[in-house]
Amino acid sequence: MGDRLHTFNGGIHPEGHKAESSATPIRDMALLPRYVVPLRQHIGTPARPLVQAGDKVLRGQPIGAAEGYVSTAVHAPTSGTVIAVEPRAVPHPSGLFDLAVAIESDGEDRAVDFTPLDWRNLDPSALRNRIRDLGLAGLGGAVFPSYIKLNPGAQSIHTLIVNGAECEPWITCDDRLMRERAAETLQGVAIMAHALGVKTVLVGIEDNKPEALAAMAAAAPAGVEVVAVPTRYPGGGGKQLTYTLTGVETPTGGRSTDVGIQVFNVGTAYSLYRAAMLGEPLLSRVVTVTGHVARPGNFETRIGTPLADLLTAAGGANPGAVGEIIGGPMMGFDLMDLAAPVTKAVNCLIVKDPVHFPPRPAPLPCIRCGACARSCPADLQPFEMYWFSRAKDFGKAQSYNLFDCIECGCCAYVCPSHIPLVDFFRFAKSEIWEREQEKRASDQARQRHEFKEFRLEREKQEKAEKFAKAAEKQKEAAAAGPAAAPADPEAEKKKAILQAALERAAKAKEGVTPKNTDHLPPRVEREIAEIDARREQVVGKEGGEG
Amino acid sequence: MNGSPYALLAKNSVSSVMLKVMAALIPGIIAHAWFFGPGIWVSLFLCTGFAVALEGLILLMRNVPVKPFLSDGSVLVTAWLLALSLPTLAPWWLYAVGVVLAVLVAKHFYGGLGQNPFNPAMVGYAALIVSFPVYMTQWPAPLGLADHSLTLLDAFDLVFAGQGSISPDAYTSATVLDTWKTQARLGLPAEDIRAMAMFGWAGARGQEFVAAAFAFGGLLMLAHRLITWHIPVAFLVGLALTAGLLHLLDPGRHADPLFHLLSGGAMLGAFFIATDPVTASSTPLGKLIYAGLAGFLTALIRAFGGYPDGVAFAVLIANICVPFIDAYTQPRVFGHDKAGK
Repeated sequence: MGDRLHTFNGGIHPEGHKAESSATPIRDMALLPRYVVPLRQHIGTPARPLVQAGDKVLRGQPIGAAEGYVSTAVHAPTSGTVIAVEPRAVPHPSGLFDLAVAIESDGEDRAVDFTPLDWRNLDPSALRNRIRDLGLAGLGGAVFPSYIKLNPGAQSIHTLIVNGAECEPWITCDDRLMRERAAETLQGVAIMAHALGVKTVLVGIEDNKPEALAAMAAAAPAGVEVVAVPTRYPGGGGKQLTYTLTGVETPTGGRSTDVGIQVFNVGTAYSLYRAAMLGEPLLSRVVTVTGHVARPGNFETRIGTPLADLLTAAGGANPGAVGEIIGGPMMGFDLMDLAAPVTKAVNCLIVKDPVHFPPRPAPLPCIRCGACARSCPADLQPFEMYWFSRAKDFGKAQSYNLFDCIECGCCAYVCPSHIPLVDFFRFAKSEIWEREQEKRASDQARQRHEFKEFRLEREKQEKAEKFAKAAEKQKEAAAAGPAAAPADPEAEKKKAILQAALERAAKAKEGVTPKNTDHLPPRVEREIAEIDARREQVVGKEGGEG
Repeated sequence: MNGSPYALLAKNSVSSVMLKVMAALIPGIIAHAWFFGPGIWVSLFLCTGFAVALEGLILLMRNVPVKPFLSDGSVLVTAWLLALSLPTLAPWWLYAVGVVLAVLVAKHFYGGLGQNPFNPAMVGYAALIVSFPVYMTQWPAPLGLADHSLTLLDAFDLVFAGQGSISPDAYTSATVLDTWKTQARLGLPAEDIRAMAMFGWAGARGQEFVAAAFAFGGLLMLAHRLITWHIPVAFLVGLALTAGLLHLLDPGRHADPLFHLLSGGAMLGAFFIATDPVTASSTPLGKLIYAGLAGFLTALIRAFGGYPDGVAFAVLIANICVPFIDAYTQPRVFGHDKAGK
């Protein structure tokens, strides 16, 4: 399957800047006095805290447990004392705080006992539960809990793709990992292949990493094929690498598992090796620190290491730095706060200088030149999606397959008008998601309201029946008894006035619109209807690729 | 907020695109000056001057930043394409009116750069030919055929001072397309028409080399990926096929396809005018349909219409169809089946 490569459309060749950080071996970091471990480190539900301030913890001790299906555990990076469980700065584009466990190190770095997994003999579901409790999640960026992806489930998986493409410029953590720990990584791959029961294993590595290719090929056992793929961004995207290696397109809205293929990142394979062979939870990962720093390189970094300390380990920022990026320059985001820690998702810290990361030139109008469409690896028409996203005509943007956009940034890279296209697409997507949420909320409100009306109506009817019965009884009693006393004329008059008032009120009430969705402007209503119609097609984009 | 990508962007900008298009026009302009005299420098100079001044004024009035929008270079390309479509040596105000129609009406009335549905230069040309047909059919005769050979100063003089001293007949003539049409209608045999001095080896004398020079510039644009092959190829194939069919049906009345490819604005239209990204179709299949239609219409208008050339009207009609064509020629998206699901 891997002997003939397939070429996806589009893609770009940005400056690589790999040499800056790939020349030196992975460095260990000294033990730090403090770590901050966020409880939301993966896609899905954040872990449930298991500790509180004052608790003593050991390295590898669970401090957060998987909560629900799409979730995984988090662990203490060293021994010491929990000083707080509170919202802290996290590496997220929003800059918002999130719940985290702050640990003060005792300097001893004592660990819990790790028991290796008997992965060959363990029941598959028991193995997966162990992996969940060891906190494994995809280290390629999507941080999808690994134990879920190791479940072949209903679809049978025939091919395992191991992603060592590392197509983003500047990042070299996978490169160094493969060069230095090829055998261990491939042991992790073997465990994956065992868990999934696959026949074919393909390791895709971009051909700008000859050393990694050689190391992996030398260590690869029979049945594992190491394939050099052409260097072209975003060749390491899950869908793109799958297509390059197999010629199979991941169906829209679906995952590669729908076509029998599972994709894992090499870093995840290495962490699975440590989990299975050493029984060690996911406590650290390789992180690239590069750009405008004194000593760029890769660091074996404990999860929870404050980014400021990681930067210090790399010699600190050079004078003239203009900020930091988390992740790569194509899909990463601006770091708001260096106090935020390294999480399982953080693969790279780039310090920006004004030469390599100048401010984006002021945008000009789109001239429909189509450069974006020619560069799009998803074969989209970004200028059409831009046109409608900008006009806030989200339904139309969606009909141009907005949700097939992987936000790789090729379109924005080539645009001669320097339009921040991906910003517009993110904006449109989040607006659509928000409107769907609103729609769900208003549906619920309407159902509640309708039930209330039904209940009131029922109560009214019951009351009326009761009255009728009572009146009948009275009549019967009157008929049986002596002739009723003549009615008081004054009381009769009051009753008539009251009756008229009641009738007026009832009429007025009929005029009043009872539904709380009726006051929405027609445009919003139309959009709600359109979104409703398309709702089926929109599937959350969580994970899918390692 | 400014999201990714943060990488140093590709060295590409609207102004660099426009400047490259203008550079690709230069071989054709030089050929034009070589074969038809210095008039082209005057009309280029006038159109450029009027267009830049008008664009600046409009940008000021629209209250948009003048510098970035003026330096995008789009108005220069419009001015040059207009100048290359109009007869040289016409009175100066004809160029001014053309520029107003192209820049003010066709471009800024629709919202400026990127918003105009019709090719601005072609709107200017079409409006002028409808309004001032006499001036628009007086083209400078190729050098050697004109009674009077002009210097650059003569050309300026003619354009500004009017045509008092020298009779227009001394330096202008009808185009070959025009001549062919009128003579063929009068019943002159094709061989006799071809034998007239204004005809060259394949098209119009001189004009065939200008056309080749524009085609060369177009190939340069292709090599630099400023355009894709779809539009020029479909335009020229549409024109040649239609002209060829007509020629087969009635060779006495209709000229051969090569004549059509090398006459009038065919090459300029195929490589520089129909390819204007703002007004052209943008999907690969759509480009083929759009430009094929424009080529087909060019041949029809040349054969049966009342105007000397059909490129401008053909492109404008094809422009009208673009939103429709684009909507129905969306390429298959990665991961979708052929039905688009």
